[in-house]
Amino acid sequence: MKRARLVMVGNGMAGVRTLEELLKLAPDLYDITVFGAEPHGNYNRILLSPVLAGEMTLPEIMLNDFDWYRDNGITLHAGKKVVEIDRARRRVVASDGTEAEYDRLLLATGSNPFILPIPGNDLPGVLAYRDIADTQAMVDAAAHYRRAVVIGGGLLGLEAANGLKLRGMDVTVVHAVDWLMERQLDRNAADMLKASLEAKGLKFLMPRLTAELVRGESGRVCAVKFKDGDEIPADLVVMAVGIRPNTALAEAAGLYCNRGVVVNDTMQTYDPRIYAVGECVAHRGVAYGLVAPLFEQAKVAANHLANFGIGRYTGSVVSTKLKVTGIDVFSAGDFMGGAGTEEIVLHDRTGGVYKKLVLKDEKIVGAVLYGDTVDSSWYFQLMRDGKEVGEIRDHLMFGESHLGNAGHQGQNKAAAMPDEAEVCGCNGVCKGTIVKAIKEKGLFTLDEVRRHTKASGSCGSCTGLVEQIIASTIGGAYQPQDVKKKPLCGCTDHTHEEVRKAIRENRLLSIPEVMRFLEWRTPDGCASCRPALNYYLICAWPKEYQDDPQSRFINERAHANIQKDGTYSVVPRIYGGVTTPAQLKRIAEVAEKYHIPTVKITGGQRIDLLGVKKEDLPKVWADLDMPSGFAYGKSIRTVKTCVGSEWCRFGVQDSTNMGIELERALDRMWAPHKVKLAVSGCPRNCAEATIKDVGVVGVDSGWEIYVAGNGGIKAEVAQFLVKVKTREEVMEYTCAFLQLYREEARYLDRTVHWVERVGLDYVKKRIVDDDAGRRALYERLLYALQDERDPWAERVRGLAAAEFQPIKFYDKDSLSGDGNNERMAESVHA
Amino acid sequence: MSEWLKVCTLEEIPRLGARVVQTGKGDIAVFRNAGDEVFALKDKCPHKGGPLSQGIVYDRRVACPLHGWSVHLDSGEAVAPDKGCTHRHQVKVEDSVVYLQV
Ligand code: SRM
Ligand SMILES: Cc1cc2nc3c(=O)[nH]c(=O)nc-3n(C[C@H](O)[C@H](O)[C@H](O)COP(=O)(O)OP(=O)(O)OC[C@H]3O[C@@H](n4cnc5c(N)ncnc54)[C@H](O)[C@@H]3O)c2cc1C
Ligand code: SF4
Ligand code: FES
Repeated sequence: MKRARLVMVGNGMAGVRTLEELLKLAPDLYDITVFGAEPHGNYNRILLSPVLAGEMTLPEIMLNDFDWYRDNGITLHAGKKVVEIDRARRRVVASDGTEAEYDRLLLATGSNPFILPIPGNDLPGVLAYRDIADTQAMVDAAAHYRRAVVIGGGLLGLEAANGLKLRGMDVTVVHAVDWLMERQLDRNAADMLKASLEAKGLKFLMPRLTAELVRGESGRVCAVKFKDGDEIPADLVVMAVGIRPNTALAEAAGLYCNRGVVVNDTMQTYDPRIYAVGECVAHRGVAYGLVAPLFEQAKVAANHLANFGIGRYTGSVVSTKLKVTGIDVFSAGDFMGGAGTEEIVLHDRTGGVYKKLVLKDEKIVGAVLYGDTVDSSWYFQLMRDGKEVGEIRDHLMFGESHLGNAGHQGQNKAAAMPDEAEVCGCNGVCKGTIVKAIKEKGLFTLDEVRRHTKASGSCGSCTGLVEQIIASTIGGAYQPQDVKKKPLCGCTDHTHEEVRKAIRENRLLSIPEVMRFLEWRTPDGCASCRPALNYYLICAWPKEYQDDPQSRFINERAHANIQKDGTYSVVPRIYGGVTTPAQLKRIAEVAEKYHIPTVKITGGQRIDLLGVKKEDLPKVWADLDMPSGFAYGKSIRTVKTCVGSEWCRFGVQDSTNMGIELERALDRMWAPHKVKLAVSGCPRNCAEATIKDVGVVGVDSGWEIYVAGNGGIKAEVAQFLVKVKTREEVMEYTCAFLQLYREEARYLDRTVHWVERVGLDYVKKRIVDDDAGRRALYERLLYALQDERDPWAERVRGLAAAEFQPIKFYDKDSLSGDGNNERMAESVHA
Repeated sequence: MSEWLKVCTLEEIPRLGARVVQTGKGDIAVFRNAGDEVFALKDKCPHKGGPLSQGIVYDRRVACPLHGWSVHLDSGEAVAPDKGCTHRHQVKVEDSVVYLQV
């Protein structure tokens, strides 16, 4: 069959990203032809600033070189500008006469720099700042001339000025209003920025309106003249006063344009065969000038070009970062505030830190940060998600990480960190390595940085730092992921919540059924979605669903914890941390019999047998004759207890037995992530109940229940949920809380992450205020756990025997190993 | 070289799973995917030697159980951007019996 023809006009960042997304979805659908006015492949325009500053070279910023087009079968006409679209005959014509016919056309012509309509604006030595040619011209000018004037104190102008200064020029920035980046910064932040740039040697004239560029004797520009009559000498003038969507071609073809080529939510223009993306586009009246929203547009356009027909672009909230090395500024949203808004401000002039949050109806609607921008992604996320911040208002200013975050020396200012400083303590990744990867490999998202450098990919505690490094390297191009709409994994566009809803409402009973119903893109998912789906199905259909061992991580498949050398650990369940001499003897005997190399008391009040061979596991379990402690699973772990009123002179409640009761009741409970509890017998809290998923603290008149604490990567203190009188109530409230978590949290959310998202008020409403609802939750948990089988006893009896038995085959003639290994391994000659 | 070892029947390898074959030259992981294709790799991840046989199999890949690298079952290469390669062994299935070259 003949393939449809797709022609793209404009070979820049938004257009090529669309092609990349399209090739992922439908690699064989189109014959693709690309026209680009510039004689290059696709490069990372954002990084022209570091190129100008001498921090990077042109080859380093190429995103798609000519080989990429060839390898993907794309015909590239580089250096050919399209001058006509003939919509009737569906073809485009380039200035040199090259033609191409299309079935679908994609416009991605970007924008043009705005040139002030003043005398002298076309003199030699007068440049805009948009592409490689401009950058090259500035680099050349810096080598031959001394005095540069940059007109425009916005983002682009300041980056140009900084680059020219670093190339040794004497640079003056002329700005029409009296504060820099007035569309992104408030007065305070702008003043601080100006002071830092002055300290770097830049000069500012503002407010000044330029009247004329004066021609020198050589014919080149020699001075800039202002409306007030003043004049300053200049050998190079860079105009950075704004951009205009490049719509000339579209307009000439009769496409509807209104400050951009007008598109609908599918990125389609008024001609249904023609799509448009990027800076040339006006979507719901907005033209964007940063790559993050353009990449979102690219994804949607690709989806429709691939005939998938889902996905809509609904507009973006954008944020800004300046890419001047050593300066950290961030701004987003309605940063000026005004009627109906309130402000929280922190201003430390000496320390060089300024933070302003603008709130409206308890929600963040704008932010400006200067100096310390570590929390920019957090604020931005809260703002974009429209989250109520009333509950956390008192510590909002101090950021997300003001509580213990282990593994990187308490660092929170990425810009101030030297290149050799370790950012990711799990994988040993330094700042310099991350910056290098972002620049050289053209990375834009946290996900990409994780995949390439591993930074923040393990425990995740340095995520904020890494995001900050990305943001200061690629500027506003960085956009933290939208957590609300975050798809479950790369195999689908559906969110966790949508998947769970579909499972419940359509009675989907197996992983393949879910994947078929929700149109998974991959044949059998991946290592991220399969374990999640398996859990969602267990939770929704505790009795009907048949667990899928191949969709479980090895620990949950083998019911023991894999170690770095491929052996396993066994942690016998010791309810509430209370054991007996008989149990201890048995553990000791097993450890000797199987030559278990390490016996360790864990942090969870039990004993770990480390270094067990996989084949020995069923025998070890048989001899122990104790259930294991789910020490490996996304499941109930331990209930830590203190001695309590039975022995302790301060104890007011019997915490030990309360803990044992809870641990027995919750035995074999699967959950979105691991679940830990603790019960203390008095407020001295020796069981550390206030850093647990559920912490119970005995007081004279009853029990206090705390929820959503965490003692791991990031210490989080549990929050008070309710005070109750009886043990039965402790049981009911605890179980109801955990069932709500099981039913509503996303896979791999600890309770703290989930409560942070839904809010403690919501949890209280469901668990404390709604008596009938609480009891129903409690009963659903009991129903799910009733008759849940003991996986070790089952395996001791021979279930899943093959999992534990290797096929032994030491030399080709003799079969060794277990006698019951009937599967003869024999050699035959082919 | 051309000696084929009869290992087990296809049914004895779980679909989307693996079996370990212990040999004098080290462990070999024999995988079976959803389409009943069978692959064999040395049971050592190119990252830090994790036992690939214990990973999650999907499509024509396996995700290592230790730190989550993915490895192509048909080539033994780590999935980009990770770099590394694990030795591949020849396997074939005839009449539902799996044969392996060590
Ligand atoms: C054995 C033990 C360390 C010890 O020798 O004491 C341990 C060992 C491991 N911990 Fe832990 N943790 C142990 C107590 C803890 C505690 C303290 C506690 O439970 O009171 C914490 C902090 C409390 C908490 O979780 O809130 C803890 C926070 C973590 C974390 C970070 C969790 C977080 O949400 O921040 C991980 C990583 C994860 O789960 O993703 C982790 C992961 C692990 C794993 C499972 C890593 C892995 O996947 O292989 C380790 C398994 C080793 C093994 O095979 O046994 N371990 N780990 C402790 C087992 C207790 C038990 O009897 O079950
Ligand atoms: C110096 C600089 C720094 C920047 N820094 C940042 C930053 O930190 N963060 C951020 O998010 N954004 C930044 N940007 C903006 C970002 O680069 C743009 O938003 C993005 O490149 C726009 O992508 P696009 O595909 O719409 O347009 P472009 O990337 O401009 O691509 C359009 C291409 O189409 C070509 N073209 C136009 N008309 C025709 C025609 N008729 N025929 C053939 N080809 C044609 C043009 O030559 C151009 O190559 C910066 C821009 C510059 C110039
Ligand atoms: S036991 Fe826990 S803290 Fe210790 S090395 Fe393992 S994961 Fe890290
Ligand atoms: S050993 Fe396989 S991912 Fe680390």
